Amino acid sequence: MTRTFTIFRRELRGYFATPLAYLFIVIFLVLAGVLTFFVGNFFDRGQADLQPFFTFHPWLYLVLIPALSMRLWAEERRSGTIELFLTLPIRLSEAVIGKFLAAWCFAGIALGLTFPFWITVNVLGDSDNGVILAGYLASWLMAGAVLAIGAAVSAVTKNQVIAFVVTAALVFVLAVAGTPVVLGLLQPWAPSGVIRAVAGISLFAHFAAITRGVVAVRDLVYFLSIIVAFLAANAVLIDLKKAD
Amino acid sequence: MLEINHLVKKFGPLTAVDGVSFAVAEGEVLGFLGPNGAGKSTTMKMITGFLAPTSGTAVICGHDIETEPLAAKRRIGYLPEGAPAYPDMTTAEFLDFVAHIRGLRGVEARRRIGYIADLIHIADVMHQPIETLSKGYRRRVGVAQALLHDPSVLILDEPTDGLDPNQKYEMRGIIRELSPHKAIVISTHLLEEVEAVCNRAIIIAGGRVLVDGTPADLAARSRYHNAVRLDLASGDAATIAAELRERPGVAAVEITADEGQAGLCVFSQDGQPISDAIVRFARERGWPVTGLYVERGRLDDVFRTITAPLELPRSALLNAA
Repeated sequence: MTRTFTIFRRELRGYFATPLAYLFIVIFLVLAGVLTFFVGNFFDRGQADLQPFFTFHPWLYLVLIPALSMRLWAEERRSGTIELFLTLPIRLSEAVIGKFLAAWCFAGIALGLTFPFWITVNVLGDSDNGVILAGYLASWLMAGAVLAIGAAVSAVTKNQVIAFVVTAALVFVLAVAGTPVVLGLLQPWAPSGVIRAVAGISLFAHFAAITRGVVAVRDLVYFLSIIVAFLAANAVLIDLKKAD
Repeated sequence: MLEINHLVKKFGPLTAVDGVSFAVAEGEVLGFLGPNGAGKSTTMKMITGFLAPTSGTAVICGHDIETEPLAAKRRIGYLPEGAPAYPDMTTAEFLDFVAHIRGLRGVEARRRIGYIADLIHIADVMHQPIETLSKGYRRRVGVAQALLHDPSVLILDEPTDGLDPNQKYEMRGIIRELSPHKAIVISTHLLEEVEAVCNRAIIIAGGRVLVDGTPADLAARSRYHNAVRLDLASGDAATIAAELRERPGVAAVEITADEGQAGLCVFSQDGQPISDAIVRFARERGWPVTGLYVERGRLDDVFRTITAPLELPRSALLNAA
């Protein structure tokens, strides 16, 4: 536990040691603002909620979170520090979890810095802060799921660009799985069980469910199982591909 | 302290390490020699638990690296090939991180880091990011990291690579100083290093141990072992060489010319001492000998004779191409 925390602390500090962290936060905040106010018609809707703000988070994450996760293991591999790191007396699980938590915490910091949006809606009108809180929770869970996927992809390559592209592609597939377009393609031939399964793995559907203000157990379980499954995959992949 | 039994590592069809066994006791400094690609680093990666062996075991102070990895890793200090370290951290942050992971806390950690920083001479770069350090400093930070927890087993992959001659000399002194209470394995392709710090040497090539002995044992295998070099002030080196060739115990005589200085190298038969006989004979004949040296044997010569046959197929292939 203390070792996981030591790794967590080193990783989190690592983000702020380079301009990457600040760049990430600024771009995230600017994009979130642009999407909310210009594309989401925040003011024209005349409603004191953050729906237009949260709606675009999955798309933002699709591009930005892989940029955060791509270096997790690829960088260790490229610089050779992976050999130093994994010959320290730590468990592989501690390494995987420590790294992931640091990245997730960083995403949480970036998300937390969007608090002016929350203040704005509260100033403008009587908003339902429960729903907003649920929205933040959904957004953070979504970030965690994408990070876990990205971490697993980062574990198999030393090339950060490849890690970025593959992660974005995987997340895109998971994201669009539940959309009518994909389901429509499956409808004519796939059995209904498969269609339901495909609809069920959609990141966006579970995300949307929580942002509506209903924090259902099945959505929480969904996100947590994505995180756990990909972290487990991360550990297995590191173990298998250490030699390369 | 360190026991390795029949370690094998296969990467697909390639066998990188093919049944390597040896044991290193407290006080031993083992020089791990071999051409590039011989399996040195792969063996070290298996000992330190980075790579899982295909078969065989590595036992560190009674703890198998496969079945009790944490207990084994706690007792190892490891400098991986190329001395990797996190470039964006300062030396102090990096050592602090390793100390924390190794279970050193607070005052104890600070005391230990301070002690090691003084020992390895990195105290003046403690607050510099590692990416700004010179190669020599980086290597020393890597060694410092391996020593923090005072490990019983020290595995150093090329600890003096990138150091200048003074730093090399210093690092060898440190290794010697540490050696009485540790089992140390250093890989190197500098043969002078083996002579300077190791009390045992293993030559590996093609993933197999070819020789295991003291540096003196190794030197004795050299054709230069007990050879006598003569410097001649003047005179006909060719005639003298011809006369020497007739002497009993002399295997061969080569004429050497170093910066205009004529000289001879007299090889002994079966490495027997011949210097006495040659000194007497030279005096008898009144040769103008200005210098006489007895060779202990050249490690690089031994290294080449032992490992060259294994490299032949590759060069043969190149020639064919």
